[in-house]
Amino acid sequence: MEFTRKNRQLLSRIATNDRHGENSPYFDGWKAYDSNPFHPIHNPDGVIQMGLAENPLCFDLIEKWIRENPDASICTAEGLDKFKDIAIYQDYHGLREFREAVAKFMGRVGGNRVTFDPNRIVMSGGATGANETAMFCLADPGDAFLVPSPYYAGFARDLRWRTGVEIVPVHCKSSNNFRITRAALEEAYEKAQRSNINIKGVIITNPSNPLGTVLDKETLRSLVSFVTDKKIHLVSDEIYAATVFSSPRFISVAEVMQDMDCNRDLIHIVYSLSKDMGFPGFRVGIVYSFNDDVTNCARKMSSFGLVSSQTQFLLASMLSDDEFVGNFLRESSKRLAKRHHVFTKGLEEVGISTIKSNAGLFFWMDMRPLLKEQTTKAETELWRVIINKVKLNVSPGSSFLCSEPGWFRVCFANMDDKTVEVALDRIREFVLQGKEENNHEADKSQARAQRWRKQNLRLSFSSSRLYDESLMSPHMISPHSPIPHSPLVRART
Amino acid sequence: THLSFPLGHDPAPLVVQTRKPVRAAAAAAMRLIVPLQSVVQGRGGLIFGSLIPCALFYFLQLYLKRHRSPKPQSNPPSPTTSSPKLAEMTRTSSRSNLFSRSIGQVRISSRAISIAKPNESPYYIGLDKASEDPYDRLSNPDGVIQLGLSENRLCFDLIEKWMSENLGHSITGRDNGELNINGIATYQPFDGTMELKLAMAGFMSHIMGGAVTFEPSQMVLTAGATPAIETLCFCLADQGNAFLVPTPYYPGFDRDVKFRTGVELIPVHCRSTDNFALSITALDQAFNQTRKHGTKIRGILLSNPANPVGNLLSREMLYAILDFAREKNIHVISDEIFAGSMYGNEEFVSMAEVLDSEGFDKNRVHIVYGLSKDLSLPGFRVGVIYSFNENVLAAARKLTRFSSVSAPTQRLLVSMLSDARFIEEYIKTNKRRLQNMHALFVAGLKGLNIRCADSSAGLYCWADMSKLISSYSEKGELELWDKLLNVGKINVTPGSACHCIEPGWFRCCFTTLAEEDIPVVLERIRKAVENTTDLLNSS
Repeated sequence: MEFTRKNRQLLSRIATNDRHGENSPYFDGWKAYDSNPFHPIHNPDGVIQMGLAENPLCFDLIEKWIRENPDASICTAEGLDKFKDIAIYQDYHGLREFREAVAKFMGRVGGNRVTFDPNRIVMSGGATGANETAMFCLADPGDAFLVPSPYYAGFARDLRWRTGVEIVPVHCKSSNNFRITRAALEEAYEKAQRSNINIKGVIITNPSNPLGTVLDKETLRSLVSFVTDKKIHLVSDEIYAATVFSSPRFISVAEVMQDMDCNRDLIHIVYSLSKDMGFPGFRVGIVYSFNDDVTNCARKMSSFGLVSSQTQFLLASMLSDDEFVGNFLRESSKRLAKRHHVFTKGLEEVGISTIKSNAGLFFWMDMRPLLKEQTTKAETELWRVIINKVKLNVSPGSSFLCSEPGWFRVCFANMDDKTVEVALDRIREFVLQGKEENNHEADKSQARAQRWRKQNLRLSFSSSRLYDESLMSPHMISPHSPIPHSPLVRART
Repeated sequence: THLSFPLGHDPAPLVVQTRKPVRAAAAAAMRLIVPLQSVVQGRGGLIFGSLIPCALFYFLQLYLKRHRSPKPQSNPPSPTTSSPKLAEMTRTSSRSNLFSRSIGQVRISSRAISIAKPNESPYYIGLDKASEDPYDRLSNPDGVIQLGLSENRLCFDLIEKWMSENLGHSITGRDNGELNINGIATYQPFDGTMELKLAMAGFMSHIMGGAVTFEPSQMVLTAGATPAIETLCFCLADQGNAFLVPTPYYPGFDRDVKFRTGVELIPVHCRSTDNFALSITALDQAFNQTRKHGTKIRGILLSNPANPVGNLLSREMLYAILDFAREKNIHVISDEIFAGSMYGNEEFVSMAEVLDSEGFDKNRVHIVYGLSKDLSLPGFRVGVIYSFNENVLAAARKLTRFSSVSAPTQRLLVSMLSDARFIEEYIKTNKRRLQNMHALFVAGLKGLNIRCADSSAGLYCWADMSKLISSYSEKGELELWDKLLNVGKINVTPGSACHCIEPGWFRCCFTTLAEEDIPVVLERIRKAVENTTDLLNSS
């Protein structure tokens, strides 16, 4: 057929390129889960989804509130008198009540140390849309953003796909718990400049996805002074702010910049209710910029991802209920803390450690001792074993551009207590079995690991850009690729 | 790099931020350059003559920046979105802003600069003005009457009635009275739930008279028709490519299509002599001319029923367009968002129907639909991409993660759209009321000797006020628009905002009005123009 032959040239590069990133293991794991999802009764041998950062732990509280406030949904007899005004509301500023409620909620999540201006709340389709909007506003095609790694796997898509913006990873190391240091920032910045890459800013996640840690005041201050010195932007993605369940508390970049001599025009915050309230289905993303031009521009772009007015109204009512919000936040962190504890303790018992964390819906698991060798290839092999044999969809560090192999992100909130037990049992069984098989090899691999770590110190900038072509390439992670089986696989088959 | 002068850029967005001393300093610096150039003679004269004062100015700027008083921390002034009034708009010469623009200012992206600047289109200025001071018969009788927003409020009573009769806790589901938020709060398919796609396919088929069936699997749902069109453009065209668009066209296209995609729109001019009907000759001409300039054309963007004229593309014309698209190997995007807002007797033919009946190459055809107009639920943000091209659908599905429909809203709509009896009654009543309002409004304008283009659909009429403008030009048209807005206090959309090639045409949306508002509108038009013309008496 004539059209089909010319098809590729007739579609845009965006439609035909690979920058949606869905060929990475992160998304492959999802596909494996989708084709064989775990169910305690119907499919007890299925894959348990631990790759999805979803937070349904407090849905009972939300349901109760909706039941007690039927008028809020405007689609009930009680809420009908509001329906007409809401249904036709299509102003891209968003309902005033909604903006006020969100601003107040953001302030509350930050410990009421900062007041957010409702007039700067700009809506966007989820945090995904908010991050993309920020990129559209701050950078042109070919410009780049520094992103401390490991970073959220979806960034490769959200930040780059349609905007044409590039990502330059800033490599953080396990030796200091993956802290973002000024030295690492400077190094990445300078290397980019030498390669003629125009750096427009830094984007961070705080609390960190995938680490589950909060940034301390000192790190935030050094980030703010770094961007001020370089005259580049700082986007702080704070969508996990309310998931902090123990000290240290969450500190927003908005709080840090209050007592700093910095250029406010450079600071932008991305927020969302998908994680903190567990509402990804509501598609609420927020861009909060201290820069008038960016606020203006982002607001005009919000036409492309407006939140349904019905949902705005519902959330406005819910978030303005102080008693409910207070109770929800307290209960939510209590439940997250408990779940986090159960998981990390369970892993500790079999000798698997995690980065000490106190936020997020996941933790960062150290599987380095189980790697055949300290390479990304070995990590991918181990991941394939975990997804295919252990039947857990965890996300390998390589999909978060972690510079060290052997780390995995494990989501712990999107399941019930029974599933947690099943998941833990599976991990225990796998680790213990692997240990037996591998006991004699342990010494050798230890030595190898150390040698690798030394090499890693010399990792060059060019190798950090590999991810574009190699890690994200389908060949490497395709189920059809002839990756040799690891001893662990052989041990189990 | 901070000393470069991007002459090509419009400095308007930064005018707001320019501080007085900086502007004065800029002028001072300019005054320095010229004499210095003559002092430093020879080949390097120009360079040194420019460089030295620029460097001086740079340090001055730094000094000013370091020593300016800190901004107040709380409640910074909210950014304004557009100038309140065209006439009051500041038109500063680019020269005086050169320095303030390029030095010291944090650089946002150049696409953001073009977007962040105040909307100069009278379309947006008028919309803002009307929403700041909205007319209300009782509480604000001197406010601005909004005829610029195509919104349909004629049948809200029906929807409200349905809500009150049918919904309990609709968004959380009604199964056995059990509340369940799991199905809506968590991640849902970004391109819409299958239930809503099914309901949508049924609804679309229904409003198009049942002449065509829609396949839910060929559907991608987005948060409104705006992102639907943008998503399609992202899929079909690269930056710098172009789409042909018959004029006059919906003013929002300039934003929806061009803003972020970098895609160009090439106007294909239609004229009042053929009631603004599209002709293949005009398409061909625009195509060839654009190609000559080296721009690649990726498709035609049609609205059918047309916004703002309200006329329809005939079956023969649709065939001709498809032939043209095949011959040139380009795509066709057919925006059919007004398909269910018919008041005329003419038959609406969807692009999908033509494809159904003939052996055309379906892969290049993409239809856009939404519920904002036909079901008058713009706040709910539901748009549809309906494509026959698997690759486009695959890409669009992935792209919808940036703009998907809120899940509680989806659930609500599933129950509403699945109620066949309600939908039937709604469509019938809506058509009757549209017919009634259209007839009244057109007759009223005729009484003022203002003729409207022949139309069959939409929420507005396309009125010819060319005899009321002082000069037959865009300037004359905008003067009349300004007078209607500020003297008559009615906001209509001038033809120039729709890229109409003939001055003097205005789009007037009548579905936001109640019947008793029509005489008020007519009286205001009469008052606004009474001093400028004796035309009204000559009728």
